[in-house]
Amino acid sequence: MAKRIDVSDLNVYYGDFKAVEGVSMTVEPRSVTAFIGPSGCGKSTFLRTLNRMHEVIPGGRVEGKVMLDDQDLYAADVDPVGVRRTVGMVFQRPNPFPTMSIRDNVVAGLRLNGVKSKKALDEVAEKSLRGANLWNEVKDRLDKPGAGLSGGQQQRLCIARAIAVEPQVLLMDEPCSALDPISTLAIEDLINQLKETYTIVIVTHNMQQAARVSDRTAFFNLAETGKPGRLIEMDDTATIFNNPNEKATEDYISGRFG
Amino acid sequence: MSTLDTTSGSVPQTARLTSGLGPKSSSRAIKDRAATVVMWLAFLIAMVPLVWILATVVMKGGSLLLHADWWTHSQQGITNREEGGGAAHAIQGTLIQAAMTALIAVPIGVLTAVYLVEYGGGRFKRVVSFMVDILTGVPSIVAALFVYAVWITTLGFDRMAFAVCLALVLLMVPVVVRSTEEMLKLVPNELREASYALGVPKWKTITKVVLPTAFSGIVTGVLLGLARVMGETAPLLILAPYFRSISTNLFDGLMGTLPTMINAGRDNMAIEANSERVWASACTLIVLILVLNLLGRLISRFNKLDR
Repeated sequence: MAKRIDVSDLNVYYGDFKAVEGVSMTVEPRSVTAFIGPSGCGKSTFLRTLNRMHEVIPGGRVEGKVMLDDQDLYAADVDPVGVRRTVGMVFQRPNPFPTMSIRDNVVAGLRLNGVKSKKALDEVAEKSLRGANLWNEVKDRLDKPGAGLSGGQQQRLCIARAIAVEPQVLLMDEPCSALDPISTLAIEDLINQLKETYTIVIVTHNMQQAARVSDRTAFFNLAETGKPGRLIEMDDTATIFNNPNEKATEDYISGRFG
Repeated sequence: MSTLDTTSGSVPQTARLTSGLGPKSSSRAIKDRAATVVMWLAFLIAMVPLVWILATVVMKGGSLLLHADWWTHSQQGITNREEGGGAAHAIQGTLIQAAMTALIAVPIGVLTAVYLVEYGGGRFKRVVSFMVDILTGVPSIVAALFVYAVWITTLGFDRMAFAVCLALVLLMVPVVVRSTEEMLKLVPNELREASYALGVPKWKTITKVVLPTAFSGIVTGVLLGLARVMGETAPLLILAPYFRSISTNLFDGLMGTLPTMINAGRDNMAIEANSERVWASACTLIVLILVLNLLGRLISRFNKLDR
């Protein structure tokens, strides 16, 4: 069920401002691809174009092509809502729905799209929570509010919520930046398991994390503030961290940036 | 701290912070005490009229509320000089009109706020927002005369309680819009994004995620609006005069309400039976609004999960 993403010559705009320029890349199925780069280089913006979340922001638009296997995500007859069901997303800050219980949070994507059968929903809830390594911690309090969990548990709840709709691809926008090291480890273990099933793209500021979890790494950079961000290079993670082609990548990775 | 003093020799003495470890400076202690006293005074002054009004109303009219008759009988056939009867006609009139007003004003107000926060953009949004601001400032007598001009003069209908509701809607809508708008703005954008990212369409995101999250705040806003319109008198006087008997038909002439009952009795305050009824009506109105507010708290508490 995992799918390949092919991006060709993608420009991303906020209104008149070009935020990302000329990105072409391939994301392999059943692998983890990490995006690294300094703040403001457009890696999160680019990530959001992969499930058309970018359009939620007023003025957000793109030029270029994003192919999910052989389907163009930006074709005129493609519904962005459908794209987001296929390409799920986990955000920087855990954001469980405050009015919903743990169970309802997990199955929110199905329930809000019209699935009513309680039995089916309960099964999905258990499967997704197990998939997110959270089942054992919450199985006795599924009716308690999701906001009552710890930060790391909330983030795993959000991952369970994202995989409950059975997406093909899972996008993660700095999923561990608000978490402590132990919760981070739990999420990284989870990412390693999830990549058996899903195509995963993760944005991270933590280079050790990129080195630990990803198979391939893409380095983004921008020439200066106000200029659009670009993809500098993309390669196997080991190559990027040990023997990058570009000087800019090496400078960034070795901490000599700026 | 002391190192800071020795190294900052070039900074003029007056620009330096005093070193931090001594006792609290006396001038700051005085300012602290003065500010505390002023705030307490302001609080007490604000409480004086509130307590005064409550005490007066309860002392002069509270006892009538303890009679069952007050809640079950109208003033039909009872003159100003007689004791007895009740305010049932006025209570149900007030409640019926408030319910009808809310029925019309809440959907309009909430949907307008949803438009302003979730959909609106550009010039039209600014125009709508400006109109709501203007509506907020419209005095109730103007709303009443406007409805009179439209409903009675232009359309040719009779005076009736429903016309009162229309005028009250004009007063309630802006309150509901403004409070709902503020509550919707408080809903974190992250929740909307989380919902979109699950492939939930925008309208479902609004109805199932945004509105439930803001629910308790919206209820509070609606109750504030209701409290405002339930005490209004001008539209009632102009559009549906006081009636001493039970009347439940919004579309047929007169209907008694608590504010008009108070108004009808205020000319004969020297007569004890009458004046007691006036104070009791005022007390009832306060109690009704209090009960509504408690009810609203209860509803919004039920909506939350942390039981």
